[in-house]
Amino acid sequence: MAHQNNDNKILKLKNFFFQWEWVLVLLFIAINIINASISPYYSNISGLLDATMTFLDKAFIVLPMVFVIILGDIDVSVSSIVALSSVIMAVSYNDLHLPMELAMILCLIVGTLCGLLNGLLIVKFKELSAVIVTVSTQIIYRGIAYIILKDQASGNFPQWFSFLGWGYVGRIPFIIIVFAICAVIFSLLLHKTTFGRYVYAMGNNITASRFSGIQVDKIKIIVFTLTGFMSGVTALFLTSRMGSTRPNIALGYELDVIAMVVLGGVSTSGGKGKMIGAIISAFLIGMLRYGLGLVNLPSQTILVIIGLLLVFSVMIPNVRLTIKKATKQNLAMANDKSD
Amino acid sequence: MAEHILELRGISKAFSGVKALDNVQFQLRRGEIHALMGENGAGKSTLVKIITGVHLPDEGEIYVEGQRVHIRNPNDAKKLGIAAIYQHVTCYPDLTVTENIFMGHEITQKYSNKILWNEMHSEAEKLLESLGAKFDPRSQMGSLSIAQQQIVEIAKALSTNAKIIIMDEPTAALTKRECEELYRITEQLRDNGASIILISHRIEDMYRLADRVTVLRDAKYIGTWDINEISREKLIFAMVGREITQLFPKKQVEKGPEILRVEGLTKAGLFADVSFTLHRGEILGLTGLVGAGRTEVCQSIFGLLPPDKGKIYLEGKEVKIDSPWKAMELGIGYLPEDRQKQGLILQWEISKNITLPALERFSKRGWLNVKKEIKTARELAQKLNIKAKNVFALASNLSGGNQQKVVFAKLLTLDLKVIILDEPTKGVDVGAKSSIHEIISDLAQQGYGIIMISSEMPEILGMSDRIVVMREGRVTAIFDRKDATQEAILEAAMVNKDNTPIQ
Amino acid sequence: MKPTLKNKSAITNISRFRELGLLVFIIVLSVLVQLRNPNFLSIENINDMLRNTAILSILAIGMMLVIITRGIDLSIGSTLALSGMISALSVSANPEMHPVVAIMIGMAIGLMCGSIIGLLISKGKLPPIIASLGMMNAYRGLTFIISGGRWVSAHQMPASFKNIATSSILGINTLFFLAIVIYVIFFYFVNYTRTGRQIYAVGSNPESAMVSGINIDKILWLVYTIMGTLAGLCGVLWVSKFASAQGDTAMGYELSVIAACVLGGVSISGGSGKVSGVIIGSLLFGMLDNALPMINVSPFWQQAIQGVVILVAVIVNAIVKQRVQRKNLMRRKV
Repeated sequence: MAHQNNDNKILKLKNFFFQWEWVLVLLFIAINIINASISPYYSNISGLLDATMTFLDKAFIVLPMVFVIILGDIDVSVSSIVALSSVIMAVSYNDLHLPMELAMILCLIVGTLCGLLNGLLIVKFKELSAVIVTVSTQIIYRGIAYIILKDQASGNFPQWFSFLGWGYVGRIPFIIIVFAICAVIFSLLLHKTTFGRYVYAMGNNITASRFSGIQVDKIKIIVFTLTGFMSGVTALFLTSRMGSTRPNIALGYELDVIAMVVLGGVSTSGGKGKMIGAIISAFLIGMLRYGLGLVNLPSQTILVIIGLLLVFSVMIPNVRLTIKKATKQNLAMANDKSD
Repeated sequence: MAEHILELRGISKAFSGVKALDNVQFQLRRGEIHALMGENGAGKSTLVKIITGVHLPDEGEIYVEGQRVHIRNPNDAKKLGIAAIYQHVTCYPDLTVTENIFMGHEITQKYSNKILWNEMHSEAEKLLESLGAKFDPRSQMGSLSIAQQQIVEIAKALSTNAKIIIMDEPTAALTKRECEELYRITEQLRDNGASIILISHRIEDMYRLADRVTVLRDAKYIGTWDINEISREKLIFAMVGREITQLFPKKQVEKGPEILRVEGLTKAGLFADVSFTLHRGEILGLTGLVGAGRTEVCQSIFGLLPPDKGKIYLEGKEVKIDSPWKAMELGIGYLPEDRQKQGLILQWEISKNITLPALERFSKRGWLNVKKEIKTARELAQKLNIKAKNVFALASNLSGGNQQKVVFAKLLTLDLKVIILDEPTKGVDVGAKSSIHEIISDLAQQGYGIIMISSEMPEILGMSDRIVVMREGRVTAIFDRKDATQEAILEAAMVNKDNTPIQ
Repeated sequence: MKPTLKNKSAITNISRFRELGLLVFIIVLSVLVQLRNPNFLSIENINDMLRNTAILSILAIGMMLVIITRGIDLSIGSTLALSGMISALSVSANPEMHPVVAIMIGMAIGLMCGSIIGLLISKGKLPPIIASLGMMNAYRGLTFIISGGRWVSAHQMPASFKNIATSSILGINTLFFLAIVIYVIFFYFVNYTRTGRQIYAVGSNPESAMVSGINIDKILWLVYTIMGTLAGLCGVLWVSKFASAQGDTAMGYELSVIAACVLGGVSISGGSGKVSGVIIGSLLFGMLDNALPMINVSPFWQQAIQGVVILVAVIVNAIVKQRVQRKNLMRRKV
């Protein structure tokens, strides 16, 4: 038994180092070295922190999206939720003259409600996949934003509101502190609680989960509602950074977010993946984007790179698996022959 | 003409180094029904897949009508006149019956390759008629019953003019009457000159139909016998490699107070007016033909299919159950029929599987206590004698019997009063079967009330204290253990005695 | 179990009912719009509507094949833009180029784009949503890079190219004519050829398709390649019709195409969908597009209205399906 334990430990150690997350860390370091060699401003800490601020807003959605994709679902409506909650916040401050604090709370509430509606629709109509439901609500939510604001911009927020996106606590950007807190909470929720375990169970086998007495509908609704809420949070920080909002704000964010999660090793077929991987890959893509900006590549290049990155990061494990299977079979055959 | 229409010599096949077939031989005579038997994992399915070209053998030779052949893919097999009817019906539910029959060998116009629908429909109609079926070939496959779909599969084999027909567990999902129909059709096929390989777990199937039997065990060839020269005991011995004396270790248990009462339970289209009671320490057998509504009644009690009408009393109090979660809270557990799809998360370790239904118990305000979890899992795995390296082994790597024990262990993590078992030994090999029966018997002795759904007559007769028989959604009889006979149960299950063919 | 003949007729009735229902809805809608704006049913406007719907319906027939195999293709807006842009750049560089050659170029680009996505899905085993989402961005980015962020505008295009959309063949507008030809071809393809039926087989049950020897990878590759090629064709038509090629051409148009399919009764879970349904679905969607501005609905409302129509359509589909299942159960006598 003791021997077996030892074996297990070695195996665990091995498993620990042969993880996708380490590949991500190496990639991340590589990108940073390249960036630093391009730009002299990059290598100091405060420069790095500033770079981080440019992409952290969407990283807030990455956290709940990990839950969604582990469930085996997908939510493509997040960018529209950001737009709608941001627009409603701006309008209720500027046109309805609500206090900014109240407008901000309204922003979070709108995000949460949008997520809740997604969840309810998906649970209520089991025949509809999350893709088709969120594709439809994506159009609707942004459509409502257009109805409210037409093609106008709305800004003029109070001075203190810009603190969210631009402010510092000591020498650390405020947004980083908030993100760190959220990241810790979501990691613990996924890996250390019954809720997280249920999400993994449902992603692997929803029928067996239902038969095991898991309240699958409730959990699905909570996950989508959380995604809506965090989209609201993103709306706050993004609007603060931009200084104003438009109905087309955050267009295409869903792609970035899904790319970050999938690149982070969360399998789109559900049931597999870790929070830390998605967080690392959020930084990875963010830094990559920042670095491309440094070398003055046309901003559309990033679209191509992220698109290809998304495709290849999902494909590599597939290909690896096929190769593994093939070599194993060959080995087995070779062994048989030598017998 | 060669004596054997199909002959396999020295076939070996390994998957990731594990031998699935080891130097196996097999001979099929012209116009015979040849049963292929063995426990789960003995290599029957692999052999079939090699014959049908799904897998390639690592070693060995295949002869069809005395000619050496190489079957590289399913199309090669089809060209050689080999057709297979699989255990799980492999159909296209959205397409018509005609299309299901002719998929891959459609009737087409000579040069343009245009599909000729009218010709195909009328050809399909002829085929179905010859099999005694009376449904429209234009119906959608998904709207047919499983037995009807099975017939479509046979029609498909006929339409390719197959000389060798392989039937892999064809009766597994059929009712008794439908089985009879299938027997008739199988004999008809043989009389028309087809050679048939029959794979079945049911020994009755084999004695009823087969001319000869070949037994595999642990990937090896054991022997081939004429059917009338081998006794049931000898056959089981050949399959298991040991004699099984005591198949049903039923313990005498004092009947306790009433624990569950069901009154007039009704769900439109599935079952109506179902009433029975269950006592502590009692094993209540629930039988009837497949499709009689047994599973549906139990899933209704378990909250998966909330009933339209009727009442459920637990320990004398009326309860409303609208979800499995609620049922488990109240103390009702359910062991599902399909352990791989409904019972287990195959990709997970044994330990995580075991604790899943009672996770709240291994946590404090939502925080998991993994140590406590593993400790309980170890204890239960030991108690149920689950054979695995340790509790961190993946459920997918276990044998059927051990997987079933893990599902049992899941139920034991909860404080249950009533345990519902849906076909607890289905697809489990003979050895594991008797140890599962032992577990069931022990549970009854510990005071659980147990409802056991089973289609196997010996199991029902051997294990139950009382037996409820259902037919077409209604309870038709309740027997005490001492009054129950095979004949009486069968009669209650199939009161409708006229042998109308399957529509 | 009662006669299955009845079952069957119930199911066909439902799909007929859906198509009839949509037709009735189209008629009621046109009457209402006509009452508010008498120009709606003028020859001119109908012509305009058919021309607009032509592109949508061509794309929808390709999307139907993709959805039947349980897939989805979000990249077609980008594929359309890329092939439109490249063919526009080529004609503006060689003004003497025959319009048919321009169409060929567009289709070739689309074929390549679709073929790449098809390979990713069939050989790379990527989920269709991921493959097409990724390539959607790659193609969109490429469009911007190739054009250098500039437009190709009307005065850079030769008249012959712009005439593609406005000319007519046999007295029928070219766009509309092309749509009809494509519909006839595809009707034959999905109903009367083996490959066409295999597409349904793969979507209905991939595992048994494999067992019966259907080359699933080939079928998957084929449907995405067809989709890409049609998108390429539409790219040229689009650019010719609007007389401008931009980086953000047809952005988000994939959603309208998917919506047209869903409205036309193509099941998102795969295996079923009819050519006739897709025609009606596209017509209805094209009409909405045309009718809303005519009754003075602000353009800012259009997106939300379209979204709601899509959502209602998929939900109604789901409810009808639930009802049919329940009714089938009820019919069983217990």
